[in-house]
Amino acid sequence: MAVTWLFVGMFFAMMGYTCHYAVTHKQTLMNNSYNTRQEILVAQNSRGTIYAAGGQVLAETKTDEEGKETRVYPYANMFSHAVGYASNGRFGIEAFANYYLINSNTKLSEKVASDMAGEKYPGDSVITTLDVDLQKIAYDSLGMYSGAVIVTEPSTGRILAMVSKPDFDPNEIDAIWDDLIKDKDSSVLLNRTTQGLYPPGSTFKIVTALEYIRENPDSYSQFTYQCNGHFSHGEERINCYHGTSHGGENFTKAFAKSCNSAFASIGLTLDRKKFGETLDDLLLNQELKVDFAYNQSKLFMNADVEDADVMQAAIGQGTTQMTPLELNMITAAIANDGVLMTPYLIDRVETKDRTVVKQFSPDTYKRLMSEEEAQIMTELMEEVVKSGTGTKLSGLSYTAAGKTGSAEYNQVKSDSHAWFTGFAPVEDPQVCVTIIIEGAGSGGDYAVPITKRILDAYFEQ
Amino acid sequence: MELYITELSKYFITLFIACYTLECFLVFRFQDEEQRKAGYIRQNIWMFLVHFSCFLVICFETGQIEYLLFYVLQQILLFSTIMLFRMIYPKGNLLIVNNMCMLLSIGFVILTRLSYERAIKQFFIVTASIIIGMAIPFFIRNLKFLKSLTWVYAGVGIAALGVVLILGTVTYGSKISYSLAGVTFQPSEFVKILFVFFVASAFSETWDFLRVAVTAVLAGAHVLILVASKDLGSALIFFVVYVFMVFIATGRWIYLFLGVAGGSAAAMVAYRLFSHVQVRVQAWRDPFSCIDDAGFQITQSLFGISSGGWFGLGLFRGNPTSIPLVEADFVFSAVAEELGILFSMCMILICISSFIMCMNIALKFQDRFYRLIAFGLGVTYIFQVFLTVGGGTKFIPMTGVTLPFISYGGSSVLTTLMMFFIVEGLYIIRRDEGEKRAKNRNQQRKRQRARREGERPQRNREDEEEA
Repeated sequence: MAVTWLFVGMFFAMMGYTCHYAVTHKQTLMNNSYNTRQEILVAQNSRGTIYAAGGQVLAETKTDEEGKETRVYPYANMFSHAVGYASNGRFGIEAFANYYLINSNTKLSEKVASDMAGEKYPGDSVITTLDVDLQKIAYDSLGMYSGAVIVTEPSTGRILAMVSKPDFDPNEIDAIWDDLIKDKDSSVLLNRTTQGLYPPGSTFKIVTALEYIRENPDSYSQFTYQCNGHFSHGEERINCYHGTSHGGENFTKAFAKSCNSAFASIGLTLDRKKFGETLDDLLLNQELKVDFAYNQSKLFMNADVEDADVMQAAIGQGTTQMTPLELNMITAAIANDGVLMTPYLIDRVETKDRTVVKQFSPDTYKRLMSEEEAQIMTELMEEVVKSGTGTKLSGLSYTAAGKTGSAEYNQVKSDSHAWFTGFAPVEDPQVCVTIIIEGAGSGGDYAVPITKRILDAYFEQ
Repeated sequence: MELYITELSKYFITLFIACYTLECFLVFRFQDEEQRKAGYIRQNIWMFLVHFSCFLVICFETGQIEYLLFYVLQQILLFSTIMLFRMIYPKGNLLIVNNMCMLLSIGFVILTRLSYERAIKQFFIVTASIIIGMAIPFFIRNLKFLKSLTWVYAGVGIAALGVVLILGTVTYGSKISYSLAGVTFQPSEFVKILFVFFVASAFSETWDFLRVAVTAVLAGAHVLILVASKDLGSALIFFVVYVFMVFIATGRWIYLFLGVAGGSAAAMVAYRLFSHVQVRVQAWRDPFSCIDDAGFQITQSLFGISSGGWFGLGLFRGNPTSIPLVEADFVFSAVAEELGILFSMCMILICISSFIMCMNIALKFQDRFYRLIAFGLGVTYIFQVFLTVGGGTKFIPMTGVTLPFISYGGSSVLTTLMMFFIVEGLYIIRRDEGEKRAKNRNQQRKRQRARREGERPQRNREDEEEA
């Protein structure tokens, strides 16, 4: 009878929907602050441990004799933003891995033993992709500066180091919380690697160059420009860094020397609608499929944008805002033949007795550019290191490619943020580094040496 | 030790109910009730195991022995219901009785966990209802005038709903109950049965356009009174039952299409006119955007369902009491949270198997009146299950109806018990009908054979084809 089948069909649709919804939304629902079931798990299980890739403890819960729990962060400030904190709200890995940390998949016999001892069940551990040595070098190298360092593996998307300064000591979070919240200027709690929006400065020439190559695939290599230290169009005047005249240049030299005048003129030739599409392709102005908190990098570009704004955009100034993460993703895609791997921080979840509960594997995010485009970009970036603004990375035991940036953020004085983004070795890229040092000066002088230290450490391992 | 029992019991309970559910559908292999007997006995064993293990866990988790006593009382009630029914009505359908007892026992388990006090109250209501219900098949079988009370059913139904509209007390924004001598009734529950009888008897002799028109006006009166009482769930049930019964009575698709079209149009109008309808639709579309007020209940329900996983958190291990009205409208979520998604899916399948049995009974009836009753009650039951489960899982907007047999509520459980016992009565009538037909056929055959022996042999084949 048709009516019977109709109702049976309706029920199957409903049952399928219910099972699917319940299983796929389990984590999000559990992390919702209105869900009181979290408290059940928290009361039942002690919060799991967070480990570095090398097995070092990054965060663990210690219980004293009276049953009082304290969250301990052995590396204190070093991992403050990456690992985060778990009281006064949650942040970092403590926040997005919360579900794993408060659950316990330990063996039944282990649970029985805990019951006997009157202890909570051990929560599951999270093993991150973070490398303590690289993190330490990045952290120390930034010194007193504010800024951010992110180190990733282009072929997998693993995040090896994530440093943001100014930092805080998560061990003291309860005591310093009120001060951190009151202090609006230094924004200590902001994870600058993923949330900090900066003018990208000359590092953005990677994007401008890519767009120019896309629009002129056959003729870009014939590009020539005579630089006399500035470029004017209408009212707008673009100066090269410190007013340097670069003289006659081709495309490779303009990129390597980071010639603002040449790139401002290139910017004016670009098809603004297509440029806007390329920006979207490269994940600017987009929501990202990543676990951690981030801000969207922004640059509005379409056919209606004024000439002056395009000139500024082409050299990464004006309204352009980017996170170090976004720049790192574009660089990593260039290093990985054009394919971006989703950046991730959690390698696996284990029970206390080291049985794997969940293994995260590298995941292709999407192709950002063709293999050929990635190859051309690599050559351009290699020349930056060989003969351009990044020569402090040349002549080493490994080869490197990258792009510097000195992003002006103050119209009055010529203060600038020092940027560098790049990868090594050029032949078989294994590691991708993006650095910003706030207000330090030129990228070549300040960001490149830090990159060198990190790369030295990486290849010594 | 305790932990082993409570942890492992989750899997065993799921296994037991899965076996029970499997038997629910395996019985449909056989046409004859006699052949199904072994399956029914096995069902009783699975049922006992589910019920027993659940109470074992309850006792371990709470450490209170009084629950054991309560369990024994329930076991006696359910066991004697099944045995008495078998004795009084040897021709009855055991799948329906088994399912009824299985669902009641799940109801007892979950209510005991949610509120012991209410579970005890529910237990006494169920006991009284079963005693009343046991007599119903007898009356259905023997009261031949039931078919001729058409307008009485409609009159009483409309009057009962009208009284609630005027005098009823408001609970959660709807006027649905009426207190008399300290007992609270929810007449819309009982009127459901009257309504099915009304439509069935109205279409038992004629089913022309005039009939459809007249009954539509009266059915519309039911629905409008319910809408005015803001009891949208019941209004929807009455409407859907009417549309489907007209479709079956007339056999014309056009009425089904008109009904669906009219219903959709009415829903659109209601959405435009009533703010409480808009609020519910909003809470369904994006409950998280209004989690503080309209979406609170549904989001809590979703938290519950998803936190349990396939095998549930275990009884007393979850937090179902965070869901407002959990023991009535959201009992499904409590079951899913603590007994698991698989368990709750089996529970739905048990409801579906009862529905299919009901439809089977309707399908084989010659008598239009009985056939329409079986059909109408089946649709009433399954649609109510659909509304409450769908509402709690965000599949459809929330309408606020109870889950038959499981939810707390006297009117609801009494009405559903009556419905199931009426279906039993119909089943017995149908078996009588079938046996009579078979007997007639046998006699006819005998007579024909006697005749044939003296006549031409080639007629033989024709006769058999006719038979």
